[in-house]
Amino acid sequence: MNLRIASQIARTHLLAKKRQTLVAMLGVTFGIAMFITMISFMQGVNQFLEDSALDASPHVRMYNEVNTQRPSLIDALRPGGFNVTYHQKPKNELARIKNGLTIADRIEREPNVLGVSPQVATQAFYNNGPIQLSGTISGVNIERENRLYNLEKRLKSGSVNALRSNPDGLIMGTTLAGKLNVATGDKVTITTPTGSTRVLRVVGTFGFGIGTIDNTKSYANLPTVQELLGKDPSYITDIHLKMSDPLLAIPFGKVLQAQYGYHTEDWATANTAILAGEKIRNMLTYVVSITLLVVAGFGIYNIMNMTVMNKIKDIAILKATGFEGHDIVAIFLLQAVFIGFSGGLLGLGIGFGLSYLLSITPFDAGGFISIKTFPVIFEPKYYVNGLLFGVITTVLAGYFPARKASHIDPVAILRG
Amino acid sequence: MSTVLAARHLNKYFYDPERFRVLSDITFEVQAGEFVAIVGKSGCGKSTLLYLLSTMDTDYEGQIELAGTLLTGRSQDYLAHFRNEHLGFVFQFHFLLPEFSALQNVMLPALKLGKYSADEIEARAMAKLSMIGMADYALKPASKLSGGQQQRVAIARALINDPTLIMGDEPTGNLDKANTDNVFSIFRELASGGQTIIAVTHDPDFAAGTDRVIEMSDGLIVP
Repeated sequence: MNLRIASQIARTHLLAKKRQTLVAMLGVTFGIAMFITMISFMQGVNQFLEDSALDASPHVRMYNEVNTQRPSLIDALRPGGFNVTYHQKPKNELARIKNGLTIADRIEREPNVLGVSPQVATQAFYNNGPIQLSGTISGVNIERENRLYNLEKRLKSGSVNALRSNPDGLIMGTTLAGKLNVATGDKVTITTPTGSTRVLRVVGTFGFGIGTIDNTKSYANLPTVQELLGKDPSYITDIHLKMSDPLLAIPFGKVLQAQYGYHTEDWATANTAILAGEKIRNMLTYVVSITLLVVAGFGIYNIMNMTVMNKIKDIAILKATGFEGHDIVAIFLLQAVFIGFSGGLLGLGIGFGLSYLLSITPFDAGGFISIKTFPVIFEPKYYVNGLLFGVITTVLAGYFPARKASHIDPVAILRG
Repeated sequence: MSTVLAARHLNKYFYDPERFRVLSDITFEVQAGEFVAIVGKSGCGKSTLLYLLSTMDTDYEGQIELAGTLLTGRSQDYLAHFRNEHLGFVFQFHFLLPEFSALQNVMLPALKLGKYSADEIEARAMAKLSMIGMADYALKPASKLSGGQQQRVAIARALINDPTLIMGDEPTGNLDKANTDNVFSIFRELASGGQTIIAVTHDPDFAAGTDRVIEMSDGLIVP
């Protein structure tokens, strides 16, 4: 097959009807541009929601599940007998993880573990004058905690270092601080369930963008909280850890539970609702993308069909003067490739532009959510897919009418 | 003299709206260098016959041999290649590609054949155009030429591959007197140069100027 002459004819066709070529190109362009914008935005939202939920939760959390249910003494002695026990006294069980610090250090040495933060978590009342709010307080080694949750970035005021240098420091959730009407530098009285009280100074505020955390949680130094609860320096209630790949964390959590005998909870179990929502949104994204692509594909098919049908007489002439069926197909396929490729590239450009505009559009999500503009992700994969789709669809849309046209009998056309 | 074209017992039917015999048992031969006119009333089957001979219509019974090659039962691509090399066409409505210049229209079949380089083809195409007096219009788009001019370009296109046979389907049917004379004189000149030509026409003057007239009536050759 002589491609040079086919391309010459294809070029002449494209250049002769510039407006028609442009319309065909724009058909591809809009489809691809919409696809790129849509998928970048929707995936951006998905990513944002996932990140904001998962960033704030550990990949695996190990804790001692306090469960006071136990068989009564008589049940243990006479199993299967007709035993009735009223008002069994609950066993005094501590939430402590024995050897917590050692366990934390050992877990940290395991492969794929990014960081481990042993901590003491407890309920607490925050008092500022007459205001009393309940919440939680976590005693942490702030460096380790920072490595896990990137606290530095989430600080609204103050600094992480200030907590390290001040044993009576407290980094407070931003909404909680707002409700208590305290700011960095102010003092807050903390009361624990065991009744002990201590005055701590707010050295920073943080916001994860998640109401349940920003509304209730504070960080203090690990020894401070241990002291507050009247416990020894080895008292640990929770071990949080993050891994290089969140998916590894699910089996790893089970391994840890078997190894150390303490209850573990992975991020997927803790965020079941969010993950379900994510699945639904992903499905929605696919449905919308496929719909867009199918609609664009049909548009492209129509245009290519029209392009070929407009040239039916030329095809008959070419065949009469000795051009073979595959020459005809080649001529129109080359046109289709050109239209698909240039239209697709233009579509990528416009798609990128629209995505960029969206990503700098101010978005007021209120104080809770930590974004100022719409979340959009720029993933090269989508651009490659978009272009591939544009070219493949156009080539297919050009191939079928061209093949049909290459089979026609020139006599039928030339006779008129 | 050698036989360029041989048609043997050609039968052709139309099936729509009902089976109808258009050509019945057509047998004839054309020798090299002959200028043959096929004449007859409208609907007698002369154009149909020409399309069978041109290899573009393959739905027939009988045998067609062109330039010593049996063409009955060949594949579409083989026939296309054969047309490219051995046949030149001049249609009633010229049928040039409107987006291309006169020169490009003439060059295309030769580029397809690929026997010469592009430069040689251009030179040859210019030579053909000057032969028919169209050299000045070579670079004009085909759609900007007058009917007579387009027909002359179509003749140049038919000649570009030095075909064994030129076929004309009412080549002057759509032209005024002056252009008809012009086109006919080109044909006459080609014929005297040894070119074999078969033309379907209903113009008695045109037919009278040819070497041999085949008259058809109701799908039969009138003896």
